[in-house]
Amino acid sequence: MPTYSIKVNGKSHSVDVSADMPLLWVLRDHLNLMGTKYGCGIALCGTCTVHVDGDPARSCVVTLEQVQGKEITTIEGLSEDGSHPLQEAWKEVDVPQCGYCQAGQIMTAAAFLKRNPDPSPDQIREAMNGNLCRCASYQRIQEAVELAVKNNKS
Amino acid sequence: MKTTSLAGGGLLIGFNLFESCKPGVEPPVDLASLDYNDFNAFIKIADNGAVTIFSPNPEIGQGVKTAMPMIIAEELDVAWKDVYVLQAPLDTKNFTRQVAGGSQSIRHGWEPLRQTGATARQLLVNAAAARWGVDPRECTTKEGIISNAKGETLGYGDVVQEAAALEIPEDVALKSVKEFSIIGQEIPNVDLDEIVTGKPLFGLDYKKEGMVIACVLRPPAFGQKLVSVEESGARALPGVLDVIRFGDKVAVLAQDTWTAMKGKAALKAEWGNDEPLESTEDHDRILTDLLDGREFTTMRKDGNVEKAFAEADMVLERTYESPFLPHNCMEPMNFYADVTPERIHLVGPIQTPEGTAHQIAEVLGRDFSEISLEMTRQGGGFGRRLYGDFAVEAAEVSNLAKRPVKVVFTREDDMADGIYRPAIKYRIKASVRDGQITGYHLKEAAINSNMYGLIPNFFPAGALENYQVDVAKFDSKITTGAWRAPYTNFLAFAEQSFFDELFEQMGADKIQSRIDLLEKVKGTTDDRIQYSPGRMQEVIRMAAEKSGWGTPKEGVYQGFAAYYCHNSHVAEVADVVMENGEPVVKRVVCVVDCGIVINPSGARNQVEGGVIDGIGHALYGNFAFRDGRPQALNFNDYRLIRMNEIPRVESYFVQNEESPTGLGEPALPPAGAAMANAIFAATGKRLYNQPFVNALKDVKIPEKEIIG
Ligand code: FES
Ligand code: FES
Repeated sequence: MPTYSIKVNGKSHSVDVSADMPLLWVLRDHLNLMGTKYGCGIALCGTCTVHVDGDPARSCVVTLEQVQGKEITTIEGLSEDGSHPLQEAWKEVDVPQCGYCQAGQIMTAAAFLKRNPDPSPDQIREAMNGNLCRCASYQRIQEAVELAVKNNKS
Repeated sequence: MKTTSLAGGGLLIGFNLFESCKPGVEPPVDLASLDYNDFNAFIKIADNGAVTIFSPNPEIGQGVKTAMPMIIAEELDVAWKDVYVLQAPLDTKNFTRQVAGGSQSIRHGWEPLRQTGATARQLLVNAAAARWGVDPRECTTKEGIISNAKGETLGYGDVVQEAAALEIPEDVALKSVKEFSIIGQEIPNVDLDEIVTGKPLFGLDYKKEGMVIACVLRPPAFGQKLVSVEESGARALPGVLDVIRFGDKVAVLAQDTWTAMKGKAALKAEWGNDEPLESTEDHDRILTDLLDGREFTTMRKDGNVEKAFAEADMVLERTYESPFLPHNCMEPMNFYADVTPERIHLVGPIQTPEGTAHQIAEVLGRDFSEISLEMTRQGGGFGRRLYGDFAVEAAEVSNLAKRPVKVVFTREDDMADGIYRPAIKYRIKASVRDGQITGYHLKEAAINSNMYGLIPNFFPAGALENYQVDVAKFDSKITTGAWRAPYTNFLAFAEQSFFDELFEQMGADKIQSRIDLLEKVKGTTDDRIQYSPGRMQEVIRMAAEKSGWGTPKEGVYQGFAAYYCHNSHVAEVADVVMENGEPVVKRVVCVVDCGIVINPSGARNQVEGGVIDGIGHALYGNFAFRDGRPQALNFNDYRLIRMNEIPRVESYFVQNEESPTGLGEPALPPAGAAMANAIFAATGKRLYNQPFVNALKDVKIPEKEIIG
């Protein structure tokens, strides 16, 4: 099996896995980073969202080959202590129901706000549209993203 | 109830929600030696006053892990910030209802949880009073501090050791609703910090030394059996540890999930069937034949509907159709099992831990007492995790492989090996004479099983002299079961759409007509009628008022629905506007009477989620079979509602002092009807079949990868 070196949350790791193993399963099963979730495996639910060099990526369809030399950030590395403005907003709004989709939601929102720090409500809905929430906590997800935007301004 | 001092300091109070503790049980001396078979759930108070409360019921996103401990903390009279909550494991010896189902956790837990908290509080007060040498009745408590008449104070932590030695008080006083300081507060989800930082909370996240992953190949079509399997492709994959055939299934064991998935895909199986396989067209025809036929079981019969129809000025008859639905919990089914000759250890997401443990004991021919089961947080339930098939598989595979195993479903497995909401058709017929509804006949034709319990006695039962409910079913090989708000999730749509059309044809006012019908139910002595006509009228009036019913803004069309289920009363108004020639739901006002609201934040979350779930599945949910095979396996073929398709949900709760009732389900059933009725107002088009999207043109499923 090939050996890959990948950088996750600022730390380098060397892993021996088959070349087709998606980043998602490397994170979860080999690096013990369980915050990134499996929902569909075909890039349609967003629960597995991570950042690759700051851009959102569906880790269930990303191979290690594709992330060589790149910086990967997972929910565990978004902030040291859960104090990212989006995490704070998520807590203030009390967004989760079951909670399973929420790490992916936050990662999608974080990458989006970096590109567009002052979005309109419609732009937020559009940006978050790729992330499913089966519990349908969508209304609160929107509120939390709007709150983070507002808090960032003040 | 039992108490004991902890070796490490503090007091442990074992409590029992539903029965007294078994006699002769010795309390443990510290948490490490705690025997869960003796202490199902408990309050732990440390010397420093910190309180740990174990939450008994499974948490599937409905919020009981926050709400149930809130009830204990309220009567215990501690500050919520000092409370730490843990999930209790299964204890079948003492509990009678450790289940997440039917929206009943809070309703059933309400009294016993309050008693538990209040008894513990009294015990602590008695200990303080004894130390001061005063009458306990002179003492008061507030946020974990006990005060006496002289103004002296002691913290709960100061007296826990003495309290542990005292006798358990009986007949303790409960707080009045006005005294509540935690119940009714906006309390955030107790796992919030862990969720937003990605801590391992869920079944899929559970890891144990020596554990391997198993992916299971199951018959691809309902009704098929395994004829043969070629395992060599799977065995040849590096990382595949074993291939195990059990029944008509084949498990591939590997060190990691991806390898197990690949191994499963590399199996080449041949399948066969003795009987013909079923398709959706067959079901469609069979259900219609059932409705047209004469073979029914009558669930309720008042007066004579046939006579009412014969004497009517007008008769309206409509048929409503719904497909199968998969649950699609965001976290696919999975379970951990470690079966050894000595014991069986099970961990994972399950709504029915007790029933599942019994099932496993039976399948493996083991004693129930050998089983210990821990519940993880669960990435959704919706009824799917009431069925422990995946846990049984894990136990079977672990038993055969002789090692700890976690069975993991792929999304495709999750959709293809479901216990689906059954396809159902309703036919409703009503008669009108002299401007009054005189008869109502509801027929149900369903796959596998029919409506149960008190559903045939829901509204309009009791409001009409001539009323009948008849049911019929077809036994299918496709597995079906409970799906959030079973039966009512579609029946509410059929019934409330029917009334909308009936009132329209009668030229009657849609709100007043409902109120008038409910008026007739008042004073009923029929104990099968458990909905309250008065409470129903109140939510109807309030929804009309909050939504601005009758005076919508220009271009806004409204639809009304009201429904009672899971002991709660709900009314909803949907606002629809036309965008690019298509009706779009923009807002839903939802008024709920579920009695005392324990946690308004969690309660609103359930209402918002329930309404959107109802709208989403009514609009898009579709699940067909061809030759026994599901025609959708993942989100490319199965459409769930997404962020830019949702209405704004405004939720309101009736303020009263009634005991709390269900909230995980009741907001869902009326949502489809409110939307359909609004779509009629906007377009003149009546919707009879779900999913609505088939009748509303031009709505596409995203085909390409969507990146935030
Ligand atoms: S698991 Fe990657 S998008 Fe669904
Ligand atoms: S909170 Fe359950 S899937 Fe989003």
